Amino acid sequence: MAEPYLSATDMRGGYGKADILNGCTLTVERGQIAVIVGPNGAGKSTAMKAVFGMLNLREGSVRLAGEDITQLTPQERVRKGMGFVPQTHNIFPTMTVEENLEMGAFIRDDDFRDTMEQVYTLFPAVAEKRKQNAGELSGGQRQQVAVGRALMTRPSLLMLDEPTAGVSPIVMDELFDRIIEVARTGISILMVEQNARQALEIADIGYVLVQGANRYTDTGQALLADPEVRRTFLGG
Amino acid sequence: MDILNALVAILNFVVIPAAAYGAQLALGALGVTLIYGILRFSNFAHGDTMAFGTALVILVTWGLQALGISLGPLPTALLALPIGIALTSVLVLGVDRAVYRFYRRKRSAPIILVMASVGVMFIMNGLTRLVIGVDEIRFDDGARFLISVQQFRAWTGLSEGLSLRVSQALTLVVTALACWALFRFLNRSRAGKAMRAYSDNEDLALLSGIDPERVVRLTWLIAAALAVTAGTLYGLDKSFKVFNYFQILLPIFAASIVGGLGNPLGAVAGGFIVAFSEVAVTYPWRKIAAYLGFETDGLLQLLSTEYKFAVSFVILIVVLLFRPTGLFRGKSV
Repeated sequence: MAEPYLSATDMRGGYGKADILNGCTLTVERGQIAVIVGPNGAGKSTAMKAVFGMLNLREGSVRLAGEDITQLTPQERVRKGMGFVPQTHNIFPTMTVEENLEMGAFIRDDDFRDTMEQVYTLFPAVAEKRKQNAGELSGGQRQQVAVGRALMTRPSLLMLDEPTAGVSPIVMDELFDRIIEVARTGISILMVEQNARQALEIADIGYVLVQGANRYTDTGQALLADPEVRRTFLGG
Repeated sequence: MDILNALVAILNFVVIPAAAYGAQLALGALGVTLIYGILRFSNFAHGDTMAFGTALVILVTWGLQALGISLGPLPTALLALPIGIALTSVLVLGVDRAVYRFYRRKRSAPIILVMASVGVMFIMNGLTRLVIGVDEIRFDDGARFLISVQQFRAWTGLSEGLSLRVSQALTLVVTALACWALFRFLNRSRAGKAMRAYSDNEDLALLSGIDPERVVRLTWLIAAALAVTAGTLYGLDKSFKVFNYFQILLPIFAASIVGGLGNPLGAVAGGFIVAFSEVAVTYPWRKIAAYLGFETDGLLQLLSTEYKFAVSFVILIVVLLFRPTGLFRGKSV
């Protein structure tokens, strides 16, 4: 079997002395949607930050497209094809939507207008507001700008830290639809989600983390069908 | 006729001086607000950066004068300005390298950077005194008036005179040009947008591949250019005295806070608000009142000119109490 596109194996590490991740493994195939769920404090966001290099790993490795990137900084990982959308503070509020996207493409020296058009096609709602300051948009639209900004580098792996935090259920469904569309273009998605049930429904692979380690790993549908998972993590 | 005289008097004694002073404050406040937006601290050394830069401009001006080079009706200092800016930039970048970068890497709290800048302020102040001395220096040459009182009276036949000095007109023109160039740079150019992005959201800017050290260097360069320009215009308009530049820091801070720290447009508006308040409050309105038919014995001066800094203080306190983010939604202090 070929190596998965992203494989973060046996990650251990934390911010201070105590480890938050205790042997966590995440893999994503090309064009797959991987979702990390789990109770509060399970290290979901930490695991994603570790994949992105925002956390020093004591043990374990991160490989992207067969290349070991464990020692790279987040900036270097962006150049390798990772896109990251933080949970909060993920836009430039006093800059227009268009400028936000431009800043997303900052490392690109080629013409990025076609990418921008693709983002606008994906998110027609923000396309209408391209000259408006991103900080003046609604929560859902801001998230779209944030995702759009990360897409501007044409990443091969897009990481989303709780993209639906604080948006209404309708907006959440809409956002998930868009994420599926992004995945269909061949971009791998790694996503941390608080809304576990809805997220697992669109997940090709789901990771249930508990105390910084993998508890269950299966397809989203299988996890949703698993009575044990349902009882302990999905509230019945 | 009296109404016209009153208008001319207001123009001559309030509007023109306040506009020129406001433009100088605006240029200074722009520098402060940019530093605050990007480096996230209030730079107390800004006034003395202005003084140091102006001192260099004066030295170069003297050199040019000695060589017999002049700009005709315009002050020679204008020719010396680019050289002053270049030299001051070198100093400012050196200071950043030697002082601020250390604290930036340590991610020190803003108050520590502020205190460091107070230290830089004292050193720069001393340096300027060493270089050029503490005396008052007038260095404006060329034509003095664009419109003189006599000319104006002859043209209009009004008893009240109006004068527009070259330095005042120059201040307004140069400020307008500098603001135009700065806003164009910030809104159109890639580097300018990167600066705004960094000011908006440092972490996301980093993720987007914006090099923070480049942004910081660019900010210092622009701030130095604005400071030296502001200082030179102020010196041409009034006179150069090291201590005055230290004192002008207060109205400059007031201006940038009134406008909203980190907001360049706010800094410009703030500069004019502070300047007009200061001049309006310290100007004796008796003459104008007389033109309008109110004869009084008093001067109708709300505050004597020695207390002009109180105006900045009051504005500062009122803004911080009621609208801490300033009029143009900057960052709260």
